[in-house]
Amino acid sequence: MFSASFDYHRAGSLGEAVSLLQSQSGAKVLAGGHSLLPMMKLRLAQPGALIDIGHLDELKGVERHGNHLHIGALTTHREVATSGAVREHCAVLAEAAGKIGDPQVRNVGTVGGNIAHADPASDLPAVFVALGATVHLTGPDGDRQVAAKDFFLGLLSTDLRAGELLTRVDVPILRPGTGSAYLKLEHPASGYAVVGAAAVMTLDGSGRCQAAALGLNGVAATPVDGGVVAQALVGQEPTDEALAAAVSQNLSVDDPLGDNFASGEFRVHLAKTYGKRALAAARDRTRR
Amino acid sequence: MGVFGSAIKRREDPALITGKGKYTDDFQMPGMVYATMVRSPFAHAEINSIDTSQAKASPGVLAVYTWQDIEAAGIPGVVPTAWLLPDIKTPDHPILARGKVRYVGDAVAVVVAESRAAARDAADLVQVDYEMLPAVVDVNKALEDGAPQLFDDAPGNLAFDWDLGDKDKTDAAFDGAAHTATLELRNSRLIPHAIEPRAALADFNSSTGELTLHMTSQNPHVHRLLMSIASLGLPEHKIRIVAPEVGGGFGSKIHHYPDEAVAAFCSMQLQVPVKWTATRSETNLTDAHGRDHWSKAEIALDGDGKIVGVRVDTHAAMGAYLSTFAPAVPTYLYGTLMSGQYDIPAIYVHVQAAFTNTAPVDAYRGAGRPEATFVVERLLDAAARVTGLDPAEIRRRNFVAPDAFPYQTQVALAYDSGNYEPALDRALEMVGYADLRQQQAQRRSSGGKLLGIGLSSYIEACGLAPSQVVGALGAQAGLWESAKVRVHPSGSVTVYSGSCGHGQGHETTFSQIVADRLSVDVDQVDVIEGDTEKVQFGMGTYGSRSAAVGGSAIATAVDKVIAKAKKIAAHLLEAAEEDIEFQDGQFQVKGVPDKAQAWGDVVLQAYLAHNLPDDMEPGLEANSFYNPSNFTYPFGTHVAVVEVDPETGQVTLVRYVAVDDVGNVINPMIVDGQLHGGIAQGVGQALWEEAVYDDAGQLTSATLLDYALPRAHYFPTFELDRTVTPCPHNPLGVKGVGEAGAIASPAAVVNAVVDALSHLGVQHLNMPLAPERVWRAIQSQGNGNGQGGA
Repeated sequence: MFSASFDYHRAGSLGEAVSLLQSQSGAKVLAGGHSLLPMMKLRLAQPGALIDIGHLDELKGVERHGNHLHIGALTTHREVATSGAVREHCAVLAEAAGKIGDPQVRNVGTVGGNIAHADPASDLPAVFVALGATVHLTGPDGDRQVAAKDFFLGLLSTDLRAGELLTRVDVPILRPGTGSAYLKLEHPASGYAVVGAAAVMTLDGSGRCQAAALGLNGVAATPVDGGVVAQALVGQEPTDEALAAAVSQNLSVDDPLGDNFASGEFRVHLAKTYGKRALAAARDRTRR
Repeated sequence: MGVFGSAIKRREDPALITGKGKYTDDFQMPGMVYATMVRSPFAHAEINSIDTSQAKASPGVLAVYTWQDIEAAGIPGVVPTAWLLPDIKTPDHPILARGKVRYVGDAVAVVVAESRAAARDAADLVQVDYEMLPAVVDVNKALEDGAPQLFDDAPGNLAFDWDLGDKDKTDAAFDGAAHTATLELRNSRLIPHAIEPRAALADFNSSTGELTLHMTSQNPHVHRLLMSIASLGLPEHKIRIVAPEVGGGFGSKIHHYPDEAVAAFCSMQLQVPVKWTATRSETNLTDAHGRDHWSKAEIALDGDGKIVGVRVDTHAAMGAYLSTFAPAVPTYLYGTLMSGQYDIPAIYVHVQAAFTNTAPVDAYRGAGRPEATFVVERLLDAAARVTGLDPAEIRRRNFVAPDAFPYQTQVALAYDSGNYEPALDRALEMVGYADLRQQQAQRRSSGGKLLGIGLSSYIEACGLAPSQVVGALGAQAGLWESAKVRVHPSGSVTVYSGSCGHGQGHETTFSQIVADRLSVDVDQVDVIEGDTEKVQFGMGTYGSRSAAVGGSAIATAVDKVIAKAKKIAAHLLEAAEEDIEFQDGQFQVKGVPDKAQAWGDVVLQAYLAHNLPDDMEPGLEANSFYNPSNFTYPFGTHVAVVEVDPETGQVTLVRYVAVDDVGNVINPMIVDGQLHGGIAQGVGQALWEEAVYDDAGQLTSATLLDYALPRAHYFPTFELDRTVTPCPHNPLGVKGVGEAGAIASPAAVVNAVVDALSHLGVQHLNMPLAPERVWRAIQSQGNGNGQGGA
């Protein structure tokens, strides 16, 4: 398979990448390439130029700064999945990253590429939404920050503006003792999430839910924020019955996605089932 | 144990797994250029005009051809149908579209350029003015009144209407039956997915008029013959077809497609080597698909649970054209298997095959026999339900008894041998059937995941095939096989086989046959296949025929070599020929221990020719053209154990037990490997795979993002065992194993899932058993028809 012809530029610095992106009309940013290159080979995408940012070390790696983890846009899924800092402070993110694709994909695909592409069946978006992450962007007009829940605008569509690059994602670290889980029904062909549920829960000293969060991939064009479900659980003893009730009474999905594999109606049912199970798994991983 | 029956490692593998295997696309020739097809994006359309001018002007482009150019060149330009049935309609299938396209992927033009990229770019510049026509993709709809018509000369889209068995007798059996059951069965459409896409490298030499065509072929001589008489019109002896390493086929590389002939045509026009390699997307759109049946299947039983009749009415999709062996698949490879392992006194099978605006359908691993097994084994479970008998018991009551062989079925085949109950018993023992039934009951009462157990007691007819029989049934070819065994003066051996392996390990197993018979080291034997210039003739590899037919040809040729060597040994030993025994590499005068000649000495004498019998020619080699006297009949029982998550409908295969009887086994490791692959492929159909066209004829499962091929981690470790009932009519006693796994497993898995849900009233589910379908069946709690959605 051969893509249409295109110009290739390797950016030597972030600044150069931003200026190349401005000067090359129809340019796309190349990071891990795992979404972009297949689309180009199928000629579904025919960018006039690629700006390769893959060599920019400043965008790579995970660092802790105070109560946040800073995850560089070029950090690979494997690095996230195996990072000691992520596993300790934000286990659900490591778990989700470890369920993306297969080892080859995880070794090359990047966090920034994943969320900039905004495939609704991808595994990271709902995790970032549930965690209350912040997306950092840079462009010709300088830097700006967007909450993850506001970053995803639609199917393959984000708040990234023309000429902007995604540089990192900041994730608040979870309080000690918090339990979290990412559960996923994999599409048997693509490995993408038919539904993926990210849940976080903290219990108080009496075993009641002190705080919780829930996010769902694959169900709608953008990640579903299950905050209202989580809110309903606060102060309750999170029994299986209470979790099931909280999900079934509070989770609603507008315009669910549907395809050959799973209709919208079934996806909503799966979202509720996986949401409930992810919350239960998070509960079971809490420590008091 | 000798080398025959020994699990020696495949000698092919070191090269293949280190990337040193040379496949068609790996070959380079000086001056080689590249062809890319321009394919129809529409399922059904008239072609008003084709404008190639922009494409021809594109950088690096050498030529753009359409049907007009084929016609102007004066070659026949059609691909043939090589199996004919009474009143069959075989409309022309031109190698480039002639006025009309009939499926998405139909080739309209070809671009030849100096690079693949240049050809691909220019393909987008070919302007085709299409006039859209309504399309029909569903076989049932294609056969309805008023359906869009693909061909003027095939009214009602009917390609053929075929039946087998005694209708009146079967109807009468149903009238008098104590129990009957009916199933509406879908056998889903599949894409073969050989790991190597189809490819061709054509090199036409205008000074000699010879065409050398490297291509992905399971049967190079058949391709040569069909290209000579039907598509290219070159003299057969002027075509050399080479199938180098071939990366899988599953049937998809049997057929004569347009593309390889188009590549040859381009080379004939341009007088340079032309390479064409399908992309994965092209492969999915244009490789002949498999299955695609809708059937109404009925079974009738007496009060004791004995089957009194089976009646099947099938609609089989043929796709846009009748592919090479397509007519045989839903007829003589399908209806003839409707007796399964059972003694059934009345059977009637009626098949209507229709043209549809989809990729053609042809043989795919099992070819008709998986479809038949699915019908029969689903019916047996339905029979268990209506009689209240256990699925194992209903099978046991109806097996053909071991003393009833040879057994003449009501659907043409005569089973030569079999002993079905031991395989069932062994499979039940291995899986722990009684315990599983208890666990199943416990799970149903305690909640949680449901357990299902599914049996499939299959039979297949393989070792294709006795030539006179298939000739009478419509084959336009004999299905014998040839071998030449050449013993070199030093005693090493080269075998030239008409089989054409594409991953099966022939170089290993065929060497084992020869080494065993000649008592030579297996490393002293080489096997040559896949080149029409090296190999005398051959019918190729498919239908689980290579060991049973190709191997028997080799054994027969080896025996001829031994017979000649015996004569030489007798002459050298001054003994009578009938007094010579050949054992352990020695020609021995019976009862005279010190009178013997070693194999190597006799071979050398054959070539020295200093002292041969008076009437004997020098040399030591023999040809065999082996024509089997019957099909072979492998059988066995497979058991699938599944867990079903009642909340999500997700099915997990937790155990898979297979007890197969493939006759004598040449290499147990290779036999196990064939079973592993076949089981995975059949489970793939049951649980995940399906080619889906939308109503407009677009293949919505055209990429591996949507079409779910099974992966290793979807499976438990398979638990295999064997019984051995040797084939009585070939010299090796082998029956063939290439398709058994794919034939048995879909029914085992579907039976298991339906079994898991049977307490909810679910009676049938169509493949693939994706979560939503299973979930809906659970939701409906068996209301309605129990089919659980689309």
